[in-house]
Amino acid sequence: MASLVGSRVERKEDKRFLTGKGRYTSDINLANQTYAIFVRSPHARAKIKKLDISKAQKSSGVVSILTGSEIAEDKIGGLIAGWAIRSEDGTEMKCPANPPLAKDIVNFVGDPVAVVIAESLEEAKVAAEKVSVDYKVLKAVTSTADAMDGDTIHEGIDKNLCFDWLLGDRQKVKEAFEKADKVISIDIINNRLIPNAMEPRACLADYNSASEEITLYTTSQNPHLSRLIMSAFGNVSPEHKLRVVAPDVGGGFGSKINVYNEDIVCSWAAKKINRAIKWVAERSESFLTDIHGRDHVTHAELAVTNDGKFLGFKNETIANLGAYARVFGTVTPTYLFGPCATGVYEIPAAYSNVKAVFTNTAPVDAYRGAGRPEATYTIERLVEKASMELGIDKTELRMKNFPTAFPFKQTLVHTVDSGDYVAGMEKAKQMADYNGYEARRKDSESRGKLRGIGVSSYFEACGIAPSAAVMSLGCGVGLWESAEVRFNPTGQVTVYTGSHSHGQSHQTTFAQIAADELGVPIENIDIVHGDTDKGTFGMGTYGSRSLTVGGIAIVNACKKIVEKGKRVTAKMLEASPEDVEFKDGEFIVAKSNKKKTIGEIAFACYLPGVRDEMKSPLPEGEEPGLKETAFFDPSNFSFPAGTHIAEVEIDPETGEVKLEKYTACDDFGRIINPMIVEGQVHGGLAQGIGQALYENAEYDETGQLMTGSYMDYTMPRADNFPEFNIGYTCTHATTNPLGVKGCGEAGAIAAPPTVMNAVIDALGGQEITMPATAEKVWKACKNLKKSNSKAA
Amino acid sequence: MKDFNYHSAKDSKEASKLSSSNSAFLAGGMTTIPSMKLGLASYKDLIDIKNIKKLSGIKVSGKSVTIGATTKHVEVANSKDVKKTIPSLANLAEGIGDPQVRNRGTIGGSVANNDPSADYPSACIALNATIHTNDRKIEASKFFKGMFETALKKGELIEAIEFQIPEKSSYQKHPNPASRYAVVGVYVAKHKKDVNVAVTGAKPCVYNDKDLSKALSNSFSSLSIQNMELDSSDMNSDIHASAEYRASLVVTQAKKAVDAC
Ligand SMILES: Cc1cc2nc3c(=O)[nH]c(=O)nc-3n(C[C@H](O)[C@H](O)[C@H](O)COP(=O)(O)OP(=O)(O)OC[C@H]3O[C@@H](n4cnc5c(N)ncnc54)[C@H](O)[C@@H]3O)c2cc1C
Repeated sequence: MASLVGSRVERKEDKRFLTGKGRYTSDINLANQTYAIFVRSPHARAKIKKLDISKAQKSSGVVSILTGSEIAEDKIGGLIAGWAIRSEDGTEMKCPANPPLAKDIVNFVGDPVAVVIAESLEEAKVAAEKVSVDYKVLKAVTSTADAMDGDTIHEGIDKNLCFDWLLGDRQKVKEAFEKADKVISIDIINNRLIPNAMEPRACLADYNSASEEITLYTTSQNPHLSRLIMSAFGNVSPEHKLRVVAPDVGGGFGSKINVYNEDIVCSWAAKKINRAIKWVAERSESFLTDIHGRDHVTHAELAVTNDGKFLGFKNETIANLGAYARVFGTVTPTYLFGPCATGVYEIPAAYSNVKAVFTNTAPVDAYRGAGRPEATYTIERLVEKASMELGIDKTELRMKNFPTAFPFKQTLVHTVDSGDYVAGMEKAKQMADYNGYEARRKDSESRGKLRGIGVSSYFEACGIAPSAAVMSLGCGVGLWESAEVRFNPTGQVTVYTGSHSHGQSHQTTFAQIAADELGVPIENIDIVHGDTDKGTFGMGTYGSRSLTVGGIAIVNACKKIVEKGKRVTAKMLEASPEDVEFKDGEFIVAKSNKKKTIGEIAFACYLPGVRDEMKSPLPEGEEPGLKETAFFDPSNFSFPAGTHIAEVEIDPETGEVKLEKYTACDDFGRIINPMIVEGQVHGGLAQGIGQALYENAEYDETGQLMTGSYMDYTMPRADNFPEFNIGYTCTHATTNPLGVKGCGEAGAIAAPPTVMNAVIDALGGQEITMPATAEKVWKACKNLKKSNSKAA
Repeated sequence: MKDFNYHSAKDSKEASKLSSSNSAFLAGGMTTIPSMKLGLASYKDLIDIKNIKKLSGIKVSGKSVTIGATTKHVEVANSKDVKKTIPSLANLAEGIGDPQVRNRGTIGGSVANNDPSADYPSACIALNATIHTNDRKIEASKFFKGMFETALKKGELIEAIEFQIPEKSSYQKHPNPASRYAVVGVYVAKHKKDVNVAVTGAKPCVYNDKDLSKALSNSFSSLSIQNMELDSSDMNSDIHASAEYRASLVVTQAKKAVDAC
């Protein structure tokens, strides 16, 4: 049987999605359900002086109106930060309470203060408009850079500072800088983004008063974690009386990791009113209340020698958490960011200092890449600047500082098990025709255009988060994954995974893996996920962890099945288990050349009696059935890496930037399905290029979101991109049996610095901030013209 | 969206009669429906005019092209007659919004709405259009009064728009990357006697740029406007483009338009 791993197996989920048979949360309707509309703060920061629901309560169709007071009375817990961070001075981080419905004070536009539940959506909307809230508006704090100088948002949190965290050694860095020939420094902003999953958030909560069980259908990337948080911290219901189902989910990008206010409120309220409650976000609500991403202000320096050796690196960052710290809010700008700060280079001394601040804006949390795009942007912009200032070719300078031996022990934290950065760079250069660039630049010039080329080399730590690695950092929770592989008596297989698919194609990739491990045809394998009532506990999907953690759990569970199969075969064929080999779905006793198929073994395991045979085929002490579970906690992160090269052409008269060429050469270890990996790379690039050229979440000084719809928030479209030129190098990960790394976030990590380096190259080295909009570029072009005419 | 009454008018007369101070005509609905959904507008009555046959269609006479008010953007974009007589107008229609919008949105709705960054108003100005209503004929230069403001009276219905066929013309739009409406769009049309340079997006209302028109009437070459700098003091400024940038774009897009003529 040919191996399926490595081939472009067509997606098993496509038929469902392309024929409109997907089943998303908002497709689900329950008899007698009610509809929820949330009343949200129109102010970024205000005290609630009075909340009057009397008029709204009389509105037609209203079933119930609940506010922060009831939430508090019922002792329903708030939303939480998942990781505790300790500041450099040893103090613990400070986080405000985040009640699901605000009672006394609101902290961002969109913060919910009440829920109106009615017989129909229209009635709920009409009634919601009649809820009258008397606010005392306070001065909002919105700027990341100035947050520490603003009014105190949360009582007791001085300077709006959640923590002031350090990774690395300041003294060593100081010494390294003293030895430097040159210090390259940069001030950059990592612009705030809105994830914009295609499917807006939604939930449907149902309560069964007899079983006292709440069922919550919700748009989650990790239903088990949601249940855990809602139960342990939200106090909504004991875990065994709460079922969370995340059916088909239309994209997450991190925005659906969090348990949100609406999940908790609807679950709690469904029990209170003893009816099902449905809530579906409108796109405007998504813009305002989905978690946002990035939003860093950074000063960084690189100490170099004249011949281009890197000696030391420092990074001083202010990270905006928004109004509250949410599940991945505190870990994203620290453990996911700091350790990746030195990029793919040998830099003997380094530190990252991160001050996380609260502002009156939507909470900021993990968004595709989470921390690693911010780290990569900083180091790669800095290295590009160093190449300009030192006059050393950008690819040569990088290669000069690449590690050549693996495992590569980085200065800060990571030990990178495998990689070949030089090979990646060389292949990328060749794919991009790097050496032919000058001719293309001249051609652009002859047409009155400016051309630029940008390079970036990245690595990332994904497959989050191995317990051993994160515990050594002192950051508590490690994240493993589980799988259960169940045979039916007649030989088909159901794989239950704790990973969740919301666009990642698990149904296909995971089935390919199981098909290879078990020798069962792929059409006989079903992947089940997304329901806490099905399968064991799981951690969910984010941080490019599905394959490297969840996929390996499946491999391990399959291996246990094979082991049991060998024992049973041995008994049935009167051999010893050591003499049984398994290949392509058959258990073979080499000595006698007798065999059993895995289907036969499954049947025998479930129905061990054979007519007229007096003995069971099962070895003594062996349990009937064929079902195995595995939990996999990898020994380390996985470290994909690569080099990307972009070329842009700029029209100096309008400032429009056209991305002419984009080359991505990535090392994802072994590739299970090249077609699916390409899809992941394309999507990541679209979001990364989006950050560099188009997307920007902008608040005004009063905390109103200026980019709250697609009229103002630029989502990139297909015609914004060139044909992507994608290639791979491959070094197998040594930390898992498949040799796989992660591929989901690479594009979003590598693309922003690649594109910006190209834009800035075209602009003669002038710094501009992301996104490189036409107007900013136009201004820079004018400066360039001025300085060129001065020089002439 | 608030409740409303839906009416389908069988002719202009009925449509006009049904209208009140709390009603809107429903053509493509591409402006009306989203603003109602967002709660920015609400009406007691929506009067659908799409079933009035007379309002749709494209007619060419010797000197002009007349387009019925409910003719969709896609129909203008694909019309052989328009492509032959005023290709720039077909191009303009092709560049409006996205396929969904072009398949529903109408020329009459766009002109009646007079969005400061809509495309069609510039065509009306550049091509010396006449707006035919159920009541009278209005010259384009007197039709667009200000931001979302026109010479239409309450209940007055646009029936058709008549464009004068120019010698040469081109529309050049610098789209807002998010909405793809015009940040600045410049419609240059060279007629027998003079040149119009209609500008949308730059100011609260579409206008004919007198300085550019004059320069191009003297010499129809992009060189003649190359170094012109426009006063930006009354230009729009928002998160997408400053007034200064818009002023520069007007000249740049005008040059492109002249070169494309
Ligand atoms: C996503 C999106 C992108 C868009 N992009 C662009 C773009 O790039 N460029 C651009 O120019 N436009 C754009 N538009 C607007 C689009 O062209 C609209 O279709 C147009 O503005 C309104 O036309 P309509 O037929 O949909 O009018 P409706 O929404 O039906 O009506 C709009 C208004 O005009 C009035 N009205 C309609 N017909 C008549 C009539 N015959 N007589 C008198 N009054 C009338 C109505 O009473 C109403 O007040 C976009 C719209 C959307 C939703």
